Amino acid sequence: MAEVAVQQEKEAIFSKKRIKLLTDPLNDNNPVTVQVLGICSSLAITVQLKPALLMFAGVLFVVAMGNVVVSALRNLIPNRVRIIAQLVIVAGLVSIVDMLLKAYQYDVSKQLSVFVGLIVTNCIVMGRLEAFAMANKPWPSFLDGVGNSVGYGILLIIVAFVRELFGSGKLLGFTIVPPSFYEHGYVNNGMMMMPPMALVLVGIIIWVQRSRNTKLIEVEE
Amino acid sequence: MEKKLEPSFKEGGKLHKFWPLYDGFATFLFVPGHVTHNGVHVRDSIDLKRTMSVVILALVPCLLFGMYNTGYQHFLALGQTPELGASFLYGLLKVLPIVVVSYAVGLGIEFAFCIIKKHPISEGYLVSGILIPLVLPADIPLWMVALAAAFAVIIGKEIFGGTGMNVLNVALVARAFLFFAYPTYMSGDMWVSMNDRNGYEVIKEGLVDGYSGSTLLGQVADAGFNGTFKNVAGADITSTVFSDAFFGFIPGSIGETSTLACLIGAAILIISGIGSWRIIFSTFLGAYAIGLLFNAVAGSNAYMAMPAHYHLVFGGLAFGAVYMATDPVSAAQTKLGKLIYGFGIGAFAVIIRVVNPAYPEGVMLSILFFNVMAPIIDYFVVQSNINKRVKRFKLASNGVK
Repeated sequence: MAEVAVQQEKEAIFSKKRIKLLTDPLNDNNPVTVQVLGICSSLAITVQLKPALLMFAGVLFVVAMGNVVVSALRNLIPNRVRIIAQLVIVAGLVSIVDMLLKAYQYDVSKQLSVFVGLIVTNCIVMGRLEAFAMANKPWPSFLDGVGNSVGYGILLIIVAFVRELFGSGKLLGFTIVPPSFYEHGYVNNGMMMMPPMALVLVGIIIWVQRSRNTKLIEVEE
Repeated sequence: MEKKLEPSFKEGGKLHKFWPLYDGFATFLFVPGHVTHNGVHVRDSIDLKRTMSVVILALVPCLLFGMYNTGYQHFLALGQTPELGASFLYGLLKVLPIVVVSYAVGLGIEFAFCIIKKHPISEGYLVSGILIPLVLPADIPLWMVALAAAFAVIIGKEIFGGTGMNVLNVALVARAFLFFAYPTYMSGDMWVSMNDRNGYEVIKEGLVDGYSGSTLLGQVADAGFNGTFKNVAGADITSTVFSDAFFGFIPGSIGETSTLACLIGAAILIISGIGSWRIIFSTFLGAYAIGLLFNAVAGSNAYMAMPAHYHLVFGGLAFGAVYMATDPVSAAQTKLGKLIYGFGIGAFAVIIRVVNPAYPEGVMLSILFFNVMAPIIDYFVVQSNINKRVKRFKLASNGVK
């Protein structure tokens, strides 16, 4: 992994190393397709694009802010109780997201139901806090958090795009497949609405990514 | 012709890229000329291609009867006398396009994979390509067949490494895909060919009163077992239902209706040594045993009261037992394992049929489930054998002391 503690005092805000923090999780170290974290939520909330987008926004906020807060407090948090301390911070942030969603996007919040609350236990969140924020300064931690949640978000969006388009013929709730298709016998694919198909789609994405990015292929021993 | 064509496909030839394609066809049509060069080898004329050819031969009775029955049910539902020639012709015209699409799409994808991955073409799809149409209703839209064949070959087989590596039976993956993706086309009233090809408009004119396109199992699941059965025209067939179902004059997927045709196929497979009699036998046994058990405890669930022997001839149990469960790739490999595997398939199929009201037919799900379970069944069979031998060895060595 790329988490090497940043040593120099005066490093450019967007130095090469820091840009890498942003871009690495998009492909080479994608939290979902390479580290295989956060699979559960990406199966559950990708039936439609809109909840997936809001989930992405929620995770982006929680991971980025959580990383910053934990990183700022990293020297104050006793090592023995660090997980609990991290959990409290994350839970606080998730509550904010949850309340915001309930206030402004009530129906989506109902759709996401328990999965907003479960951001707390999302492996990506805890993974970033443990692996990166506890050892790095706030700014790199922020970049790392953004990079990882975007890597997660890309996958959510691709999967949700395919599932909503083929599963219900819509995107963001707008009908995309023209009615003439249905008149000629086209039918929405019911399997797209089921979680197993999301798993198949994630699998296909991993397949495509690995065949394009040969660095990811394990060398057989 | 072989000699003339071969050089251009050989290394350095113009068409070398398509060598797998050439090799596949050449060895399919002619006896391969390869000979072993050293060492001792067991020689036999049977290879994968011949094995698959025998399975296809065993499928012919089901295919032909399926075509006939498709027309038979169609004319019966229209209130006409189903004549042999007309029925068969109707069924032929319905079934042939499905077979052609299934082969074209499946083989096309398989060939493409072979050329990209540069491995020789294997013949696994020859059988899957004919099994897929036989487990679908005759009115299934062709684009769905194409989609299902593509899904089955790519997700069911190629991602696991191609023929011989698949965890699940390829044809059943195709069927399961359609079953969950387009449930309205795979359940309820869809079992009698009454629709136009795109399946959108149901032709209602000319149908007899009391028409119902549901299968016998569907009738039982809907109304509970009350001792009576109806054919598609609504006539009471209670007295002949067993023989009707045995010979196959009932609505259902194209190839699955006739238990007799499946048994002929089973005989071919068993005599030629390609299908495992253990699996076929124990599948029927499992279904019958659980059927009897349900009969004994029947009470609140009217379906449980259906005589156990009906389970053996209704729906796809015979077809699944003979052609699907015996798939050597996805089945258990040990002798005892095969018996357990088959018994489990039969038992689970009946349990799903009877206990789960959402699925009047359970053979597909049951076989897929046991495909997944097959390696663990083998594991335990092998382990128990090892343990037994260790124990015997210990006893023997104690005796010596």
